[in-house]
Amino acid sequence: MRPAIFSFCSDPASLDTFHWLSCYLTTGKHMGFYVSFGTVLLLLAITAPLALVFGFGGAMAARAHFAPLSWFGKGYIAIVRGVPDIAFFLFFVIALDQGIEWLRHQVKCPDWDAPIRQGNDFLVCSIAKMPLNSAPQWMHEIYGFSLAVLTFAIVFGAFAANVLFGAMRAVPRAQIETAEAYGMSRGQAFWRVLVPQMWVFALPGLSNLWMVLIKATPLLFLLGVEDIVYWARELGGSKAPQFTDYPHPDWRMWYFLGLLIFYLAFTKVSEIALSRITRRLSRGQATLAGEAMRKDQANSEGTPA
Amino acid sequence: MSCLETLQAYAFRSLGYGERLLPRSDFTLCDQFVLIGSGMLWNIYFGVLAIVTGFVFANALAVAKNSSRGWLRRPANGFIFVFRGSPLFIQFFFAYFLFLSLKSVSPVFNLLSSAWMGALIVLFLNTSAYSAEIFYGALRSIPKGDIEAADAYGLSGWARFRRVIWPTTMRLAWPAYTNEAIFLFHATTLVFFSGFPAWRQQGDALYYANYFADKTFNPFVPYPILAFYFILLTLVIITVFGAVNSYLNRHLPQERRQKIRFKPQVIR
Repeated sequence: MRPAIFSFCSDPASLDTFHWLSCYLTTGKHMGFYVSFGTVLLLLAITAPLALVFGFGGAMAARAHFAPLSWFGKGYIAIVRGVPDIAFFLFFVIALDQGIEWLRHQVKCPDWDAPIRQGNDFLVCSIAKMPLNSAPQWMHEIYGFSLAVLTFAIVFGAFAANVLFGAMRAVPRAQIETAEAYGMSRGQAFWRVLVPQMWVFALPGLSNLWMVLIKATPLLFLLGVEDIVYWARELGGSKAPQFTDYPHPDWRMWYFLGLLIFYLAFTKVSEIALSRITRRLSRGQATLAGEAMRKDQANSEGTPA
Repeated sequence: MSCLETLQAYAFRSLGYGERLLPRSDFTLCDQFVLIGSGMLWNIYFGVLAIVTGFVFANALAVAKNSSRGWLRRPANGFIFVFRGSPLFIQFFFAYFLFLSLKSVSPVFNLLSSAWMGALIVLFLNTSAYSAEIFYGALRSIPKGDIEAADAYGLSGWARFRRVIWPTTMRLAWPAYTNEAIFLFHATTLVFFSGFPAWRQQGDALYYANYFADKTFNPFVPYPILAFYFILLTLVIITVFGAVNSYLNRHLPQERRQKIRFKPQVIR
């Protein structure tokens, strides 16, 4: 057992409520619980930019002149319509895992002749396993987490592609025509005129997406990652005195109340930050919000102090 | 077993009728189609009831949020904030464990810890909050001229609300509300993954799809079947809500009627 943080924790049964709680909340398992909040933040920090990249790629593909690429892009965007995202999560985690192992199998064991799907088994040669059976535990955890990140990025990339595709179409056509009149090529007009201007149109959709992404993070639990939901269930369950120094009845409700409050605070802070960004980006833009800000400023300057 | 026999054995398996044991080996395509389809009954049950009941409550919430009286506005604001600001998945978990502890207080609450009742309540509250925000937004963007016209006709109070404000709100909110309905149906797949037990393996479509994927270790069959069912369901929702939309806009000239296009620019 890990040594306790506070010296008075040696005999928890004798402590009063406050001291008991301070001992209880600093056990090794609770430290794992607190670390898993970091896991959630890490997931968000990696997934958000990655999903944006996927989304940008998807939107560009959908706009392409080459028909199969455009179908691919539109098909990618369309997966968010009609099918629940959680089904994609459950699907991609296994599908990606099997896809990676299959590819490694093709490369590493070319002379393997048994079929890979035998009845209800998926069999690849042992050196194609990902990660290798001999790999340490942390490798397995990192691999599982990376699969989860990739899954999130694919699904939310599709949402982002939808938003960005809409934003690219919202940029006034005249802007592109002007760029063409200046003799810019299609690529130049895209990168120098369209992309810088589309963000203000994309922002409402992207902020909404960020909120949805935050609220999708507990689904990590379904992807087999030891996240906050896993720990809340684990720690909250009733504990008998035989197995632990800190016996307690079923407290899962309180743990999940804690998670609920964590998410409420997180979305509230995001909301405030996003509204600031929106204000910032609207400044000087030829949109309703930008116009309103310009008028506000003119009014406040015009009124005598 | 032929496909017809499978249909007889498993078509209503999710409700507890037919064969008791789920298929355990030699899964045919027919098995998977029938059982996942059977699970869809739960998704439809949760979705339809939550939408219908949530619609009424959401209207009340939107009006309360728009009220100038603080004791009406603040609770509505708080309710909407709590349910829109936290993940549905966590709400399910919290509600389930809350219902479990209520159960130990009094047997009156026994029903709540079963999925068909408890999860429905959570979905009802959740969709009410999201829809209320949509309706509130629509309520705020009613053209001033409409209200002035109502005043000029001598309408006030309830009559003005019922004949002018509410129909216009619905008209404005309907495209966004259609999206909400679609995402609510998607959200019903979370029920059996979030604490609520699938009693005697009577689960929803995703529960069975996951069952097959676990057993066969092959995700490439059950999940596309599930996707097929959900795309079908989404098309039905769009058709029904589209019909309501054209009913709401029946007074407008043909070219000004706004067609519903499912474009989730803003998703829940």
